[in-house]
Amino acid sequence: MRNRNFRLRIVATLVYAFLYIPLVIVVAYSFNNSRLNAEWVGFTLFWYETLFNNKEMLVAARNSLIIALSASILATALGTMAGLAIHRYKLKVLPIIVLSPVATPEILLGVSLLLFFLQVLNLTLGMISIIIAHTTFCIGFVAIIVRSRLQGMDWSIFEAARDLGASPWQCFHLITLPLIMPAVVAGALMSFTLSIDDFVITFFTKGVGEPILPIQIYTMIKTAVTPEVNAISTLLMLLTLAMIIIATKLDSGVLRGEVSR
Amino acid sequence: MRVLFLMIKENTNGNRTAKWLMIGPPLLFLLIFFVVPSLIMIVTSLRYPGEFGGLAPIITPAGKVSDGYGLTLEAYQFLLSNSLYAEIFLKSFGVAAVTTLICLIMSYPLALLITRSEKRFRNLMVLLVVLPLASNFLVRIYAWMIILGPESPLSHLINTILSVLGVAPLTLLFSPFAVLVGMVYVHLPFMVLPLYTNLEKHDPVLLDAAQDLGATSWQRFWKVTWPLSLPGVFAGSALVFIPVLGMFAIPEMLGGTGDILIGNLIKDQFLGTRDWPFGSALSIILTLAVLSIAGLTAWFTRQSGGMKYAE
Repeated sequence: MRNRNFRLRIVATLVYAFLYIPLVIVVAYSFNNSRLNAEWVGFTLFWYETLFNNKEMLVAARNSLIIALSASILATALGTMAGLAIHRYKLKVLPIIVLSPVATPEILLGVSLLLFFLQVLNLTLGMISIIIAHTTFCIGFVAIIVRSRLQGMDWSIFEAARDLGASPWQCFHLITLPLIMPAVVAGALMSFTLSIDDFVITFFTKGVGEPILPIQIYTMIKTAVTPEVNAISTLLMLLTLAMIIIATKLDSGVLRGEVSR
Repeated sequence: MRVLFLMIKENTNGNRTAKWLMIGPPLLFLLIFFVVPSLIMIVTSLRYPGEFGGLAPIITPAGKVSDGYGLTLEAYQFLLSNSLYAEIFLKSFGVAAVTTLICLIMSYPLALLITRSEKRFRNLMVLLVVLPLASNFLVRIYAWMIILGPESPLSHLINTILSVLGVAPLTLLFSPFAVLVGMVYVHLPFMVLPLYTNLEKHDPVLLDAAQDLGATSWQRFWKVTWPLSLPGVFAGSALVFIPVLGMFAIPEMLGGTGDILIGNLIKDQFLGTRDWPFGSALSIILTLAVLSIAGLTAWFTRQSGGMKYAE
């Protein structure tokens, strides 16, 4: 048995190394005083300086933030409703429609939305089309998070509230909402990171106008690879990492609070 | 009694409003922005392409009904007429299958070790598998462009060894090998998670019983653990296979000119040559492939689940 676990441990270590070495390399080279991602020459913050002087990159970052904020607010509102509805009412259609965009390969979502925006809505592609597209697939994620929180709850507290004369609205904003709030916020943070990181769907629904962060990174990688890409990658990584840590802390943290209550 | 009846009635009315307030907005949004676009894609695949890309107009600028009016199977016929497209589909399935297999081989020992670890380490070990997903998808591919690039230490090392052996130097980047590495790297966590969730639920008593009955560790794995883990294996495989099938960014960034998969073909029809009907037809075929894989997975899972009770 010990021998077996020993072999497993070697494989597991190699898998973890495979997962993390590439990311460490990206971060390390962002501080490297060389134009090439090859040899370690010396420490510098030059690439971050270049990045913050890159006007187009700053505009792209601003645009991406606006898109991620709008999409996550929309998706959180709609996804919370969907999560509640799926949990509360035994419906067949809603879960399928809500969860399908999560399971569909992104390219298919991108293509169908592109055709829809151009043919039916006659919309000029841009920020609006990207926000709608991102909301479409984020709704499912929020719904999953909200529903899984509801699953652990005792439904009789809602019935008790209703028996004691609470209106449906009172019941919702005095009991349901506070209880699911951590899941709602976690869902919002997840949506934000999914939106700001999304490349494929953005690529199809972006149009030609405004620069968007992932597209900007893509163009940089395809044309001139400099450690500036490493610098923006590192910053993005920090941002999403922080978001995800906050999200998990929120959900489990309040869970603990509930037990003590 | 009447009062009670009225109360119930009012109650259900209130509930019905609440119900549609909850269901309505998300349902409407997704009907408009997910279901309708999917239907549009089907219709587009049946239309005539425009002369300069896009679709043929239904009404010509002169005000007459154009020849492009109506539906056609042209796009699908074109798809079937050239064996090149069948080859690309086959190659995509091949890449997806190999990626899934490599992910499974790498993930299984890891998932097994996590379940055998002490409880307090398990969450951390799982978190460490998922965390790379928090970094941008492009960044993860870019990392491999650095590692496999011609100036990288790895390339230097391999080519030094090869030159000592008298073999011509290799280019790692822009090759099918690089595409495969990228695919495995990006999708690996999706295999580990369902595997771990499944393995964690196994009752250790079963393994003890098998050992008491004289089964070797190898037999215990293949006769107990592996068959019980099949639902996890299928779930993980679907989660890897399906996104790999539609991937276009990894072949584009890590592959050479010949490493074209379905995703690249579809992308080119919309952002390159602009043949919308053909691009939509390709997307429809991809959708059908995805749906059948999902269906097969569900079927296999039920089969393997049923076996457990039969034995």
